[in-house]
Amino acid sequence: MSAAVSPIREPLIQGSKTYHQITEDICSPTERTPSMAWIIAFIVASSGLALYVFCLIWTIWVGIGSWNLNRTIGWGWDITNFVWWIGIGHAGTLISAILLLFRQRWRTGVNRAAEAMTIFAVMCAGQFPLIHMGRLWLGFFIFPYPNTRGPLWVNFNSPLLWDVFAISTYFTVSLLFWYTGLVPDLATVRDRAKGLRRKIYNFLSFGWTGAAKHWQRFESLSLVLAGLSTPLVLSVHTIVSFDFATSVIPGWHTTIFPPYFVAGAIFSGFAMVQTLMVMTRKVLNLEQYVTLEHIESMNKVILLTGTIVGVAYLTELFVAWYSGYIYEQFAFYNRVMGPYWWAYVGMMSCNLLSPQIFWFKKIRRSVFWTFVMSIFVNIGMWFERFVIIATTLARDYLPSSWSYYVPSWVEIGLFVGTLGLFFTLYLIFSRVAPVVAVAEIKQILKVAGDQYTGTNAHKAHHAKGAGVHH
Amino acid sequence: MFESANIHHTMANQSKEVLYGLYNDEQVLLQAVHKAKADHLEIMDVYSPFPVHGLDEAMGLSESRLHQAGFVFGAIGTLTAFLFMTWVFTRDWPIIFGGKPYWSIPAFIPITFELTVLFASIGMVVAYYTVCGMAPGVTNPTLDDRITDDKFCLAFQTNGASQQEIDKLKSFLTASGAEEINAKTI
Repeated sequence: MSAAVSPIREPLIQGSKTYHQITEDICSPTERTPSMAWIIAFIVASSGLALYVFCLIWTIWVGIGSWNLNRTIGWGWDITNFVWWIGIGHAGTLISAILLLFRQRWRTGVNRAAEAMTIFAVMCAGQFPLIHMGRLWLGFFIFPYPNTRGPLWVNFNSPLLWDVFAISTYFTVSLLFWYTGLVPDLATVRDRAKGLRRKIYNFLSFGWTGAAKHWQRFESLSLVLAGLSTPLVLSVHTIVSFDFATSVIPGWHTTIFPPYFVAGAIFSGFAMVQTLMVMTRKVLNLEQYVTLEHIESMNKVILLTGTIVGVAYLTELFVAWYSGYIYEQFAFYNRVMGPYWWAYVGMMSCNLLSPQIFWFKKIRRSVFWTFVMSIFVNIGMWFERFVIIATTLARDYLPSSWSYYVPSWVEIGLFVGTLGLFFTLYLIFSRVAPVVAVAEIKQILKVAGDQYTGTNAHKAHHAKGAGVHH
Repeated sequence: MFESANIHHTMANQSKEVLYGLYNDEQVLLQAVHKAKADHLEIMDVYSPFPVHGLDEAMGLSESRLHQAGFVFGAIGTLTAFLFMTWVFTRDWPIIFGGKPYWSIPAFIPITFELTVLFASIGMVVAYYTVCGMAPGVTNPTLDDRITDDKFCLAFQTNGASQQEIDKLKSFLTASGAEEINAKTI
C-alpha cells in the first residue's frame, strides 16, 4: 500500500485519525445501547419480518392458489422479487472482489456493509424460488441426491438447475469471504470486551492473534477469493438471465440478456448500498470513513451502469424492429404501449433518465440527492424485472389466453416481508459487528488519511514516522 | 506454509516465556525486525493490527502456498462436476433433452464452473483456518489486548535464556524504538 498517491486524490479518511481512534469510532457502536432511531427502525423491520412469516405460512397452508397467478402468467411478483433481490446482492461482491483486484482504495470504507447486504439480499432472493414451487417440503428435490425414484436425477441441462448451483455457490462463497474478513475485526471487538461479551466474541473470532504468518495467509486467501468471486458474480446474473434467454418466449429469447442483466444487477446493488450507507454513516457517525468521495464514486458507477442498462433497453427495441419478426415486434410494442405501459414508463424514467442527473458533480456529492436517487433506482429496477416477466407473459402467442395480473395481498405481503427480513438482518449486523472493515481502514490510513494526503496534508511532512515518502 | 503452525503445535503443551516489545508505528517495527535479523536474534513472532507490507520479507517468511491448495481444490471441483454429470447422462440414466446428444458438454459448463469455484473457496478457507490453528471457539493465547487495536508487537521466546541474554534482548527492544517492554508466560 506504499504505492505513490497523487496529491490531488481526495483523502478517504477524514479527521486526522490515529489507529486507536479508528478502532474507537468503528467498534464503539457495537458497545453502546442502541439509539432510539435504531430501536424504531428495528421495530418497523421486525414487523415486516413478522408479516413475511405470516404470508409464508399462509402460502404453504392455503397453497399457491392464494396468489393471483393464472394459466397465462405463471411468474409474477415471486420471480420479479427473486431477480430483484439477487441483483441487489451483486454489489457487495463486486465491491469486495472486483474493486480489490482493481486496487480501488475507496472500497475499504464500504465493503464490509456491502458484503453483509449481499448476503442478506441473497437470503431474501432465495426465498422466492423455494416458495413458488408450491410444495416447499419437497424443495430438496432440486438437489441431485441418490433417491428411490430410479435414481432419477435432476436435469443438468436446465438453466433453472444452473440457478440452484449458481446461487447456492454465490451465497456460500460470499459468506466465507465476508466472514474471513470479519474475523480480525471481531478479534478487535473481543480484545476490548469483558465478561460474557468477551466469551462470545472470542468464540466468533476463531482465536485470531494477528501473527505475521496469519496475516500473510489472510492476504493470500483474500486475493484468491476475490479472483474466484469476480467471474462468479458475473456468472450468477448471467445464469439468472438464462432462465429467460434460453426459453422461446418473444421478448425473453435474446442474446443481450447476460450483459444487460449483469449491468442491471450492479446498478441496483449500488443503489441499495447507497440507501444503506447514507443512513448508516449518519446514524453511526461514520461520515469520516464513508465520505462524500465514497458516495461520489458509487454514484459514478450508478451513472455508468444505468446508462449501460438504458442502451440495452434501446437496443432491444431497435433489434425487435430490425429483426422483422412480428412476434418479437409485438412483444416490444406491447411492453411500451400494452396494458402494463406504466411499468415500462417507471422503468425507463427511474433507470435511464433519472440517473443522468449524476453528470453534475454537485448532485453526485449531495447526500440528499444520492438517497432520493437510490430509492428511484431500486424502484426502477423492480419495474424492469416486472416488465420483462409479467408484461411478456400477459400477451403470449394466443390472443385467447391473453390475461392481466394483479398481485394478491399475500404476494404483496411476501415482498414487503422480505424487505422486513433484509432490514432486520442488516440492523442486527450493524449492532454486533464493525460495519466498516477496521483493519483495512488502518492499512490505508497512511495513504488515504487526510493528514497524509489531499490539500490539508502538509502536516504529514513533519509527522513522526509517517512512512510516506514524497 | 506450515512453519509457524508447527511452532504453535509443538509448543502447545509447554508454556512459553515471552519477552515482547510494543511499537506504536509499523515502520518503526519493520526497521526493528530488519535490525533483529541483522543481529541474528531469533524472533518468535510479530503481531500487528493489520497486515504490514514488507514484514514477511523482513522476517524471511516463505510465500504462502494457500493458492496452490486452492488450485487443487478447484480442479477437484471441476472433475467432480463434469464427471458426475457425464456419468449420470451417459451411463446411469440417459435421457434425451430437446433432441440434444446425451453427452451435451456445453450445457455442463455452468455447473462445472460453479462447483470449481465452490470447491476451491471452501477448500481454501478450511485449509487456511486449519494451518492457522483457528476454529470457532478456539482460544489462542495473546500477548496484549492492544495488538488488535494500535500496537505492533515484536516477540522473543526466552525459555531457558540466561539473564544476560534477556538483558540483551531488552536493550535491543529499547534501542529499536519499542514504547513498552513486557514479559509474559503464555
